[in-house]
Amino acid sequence: MNDEVVPAGEPWMGVVRRGQSLRIVDLEGNQAVDTLFYNAADTAEHYSAQNTIQAQGRIYLTTGTVLLSNRGNPLLRIEEDTCGRHDTLGGACSAESNTVRYALEKRSMHSCRDSFLLALAQHPQTSGGALTKRDLPSNINFFMNVPVTPAGELRFADGISAAGRHVQLRALIDTLVLISNCPQLNNPCNAYNPTPIRVMTWDNA
Amino acid sequence: MLWEEEIPGGAHWSGVLRRGVVLRLIAGGDDANVAALFYSREQPLERYNMADTLKAQHIAHLTTGCVCYSDMGRILCSITADSCGWHDPLCGLTDAAHITSRYGATRFQEQRNQRYVSGRDAMLVELGKYGLNERDLVANINFFSKVAVDEAGALKLAAGHSRAGQYVDLRFEMDTIVALHAGPHPLATATRYAPPAIRLQARRGTPPAADDPCRVRCPENARGYINTERMYLP
Repeated sequence: MNDEVVPAGEPWMGVVRRGQSLRIVDLEGNQAVDTLFYNAADTAEHYSAQNTIQAQGRIYLTTGTVLLSNRGNPLLRIEEDTCGRHDTLGGACSAESNTVRYALEKRSMHSCRDSFLLALAQHPQTSGGALTKRDLPSNINFFMNVPVTPAGELRFADGISAAGRHVQLRALIDTLVLISNCPQLNNPCNAYNPTPIRVMTWDNA
Repeated sequence: MLWEEEIPGGAHWSGVLRRGVVLRLIAGGDDANVAALFYSREQPLERYNMADTLKAQHIAHLTTGCVCYSDMGRILCSITADSCGWHDPLCGLTDAAHITSRYGATRFQEQRNQRYVSGRDAMLVELGKYGLNERDLVANINFFSKVAVDEAGALKLAAGHSRAGQYVDLRFEMDTIVALHAGPHPLATATRYAPPAIRLQARRGTPPAADDPCRVRCPENARGYINTERMYLP
């Protein structure tokens, strides 16, 4: 059993072996957790938001959703979800997208993509350029509420998560996990107050 | 008109569109679909970003006035005209397994160039011509397809959405590698693989003025143009 608290604005990387479970707990509520998954044995294979929503015919992720790779293979399955639904359209914040979304002067604020890039540059399995910005496709935002209207509008709504809610996934292959505990201060995705999460992994009997 | 070319149904295409050029995509038949990806010609690591495009403009569909953002806060191209009204940025590509299970197995040996090509295979071929591979194959746009999302989040492809002759104009704001596949939408329910051809027409455009509809659509786009124009300052 691995059990860690990840402060707001920090990344977390680790391998979840086939058959193991990964649980992410929203400790204080309304915290966006930007997450990517890679095939640990061949990291050119990674989570695909479009393949996942295409296969299940719906945009929200919840219990029963199978996360598919860019090659169409199952990576993980969501086995528990006490939040209700999770976003995979909103992507990760970056310094550059912050200049567009909020103000040119926001470039220096911390962002998920900065966390992703530093984690990839420093983790023993991905340092030295094995995984780079090139390997950052559209991610999952656990606990984030991004409703789409029938008229085709995208909204960033107040969160539907709350303190103590969790999502739990079962790895279907050995999976490299890349998490950014989102530092965004400019929109309601974190209720304007980024907070810690708990990341747990364990073997199943 | 600078040039004109046709992508036969099922075929793929790529090329470089320079800043200032307008590319018109014209549906060659009803229920057309063309998958599209965009990369900076100068540094292809900068590429179309679905999420940044959607969240900057608060949209889940593309039409006139919308722009296609790169992951670096810049605008690769702008939609300056659209007689179709809705293009799908959500649903992705078909792959070989999908094509075979829906339309049947084909090989060049028997079907020659009428074989059924998948979206993923088409893009891997075109990207490969620029030294790009599956690591660069990010979320794409499906022009001419409408996929609405209901209150529960279910995706529904609108039947009969696009008509022969409808067009969409892309004004390029950066020198851009464009990869296209005139293949079926992944949610299409037809049992026959018969995607319409797509006609391409390139012409010289006029630079976006201060009151350009794409620029003034939202404050986010105004900043996206500033980021883009700064890169091209002499």
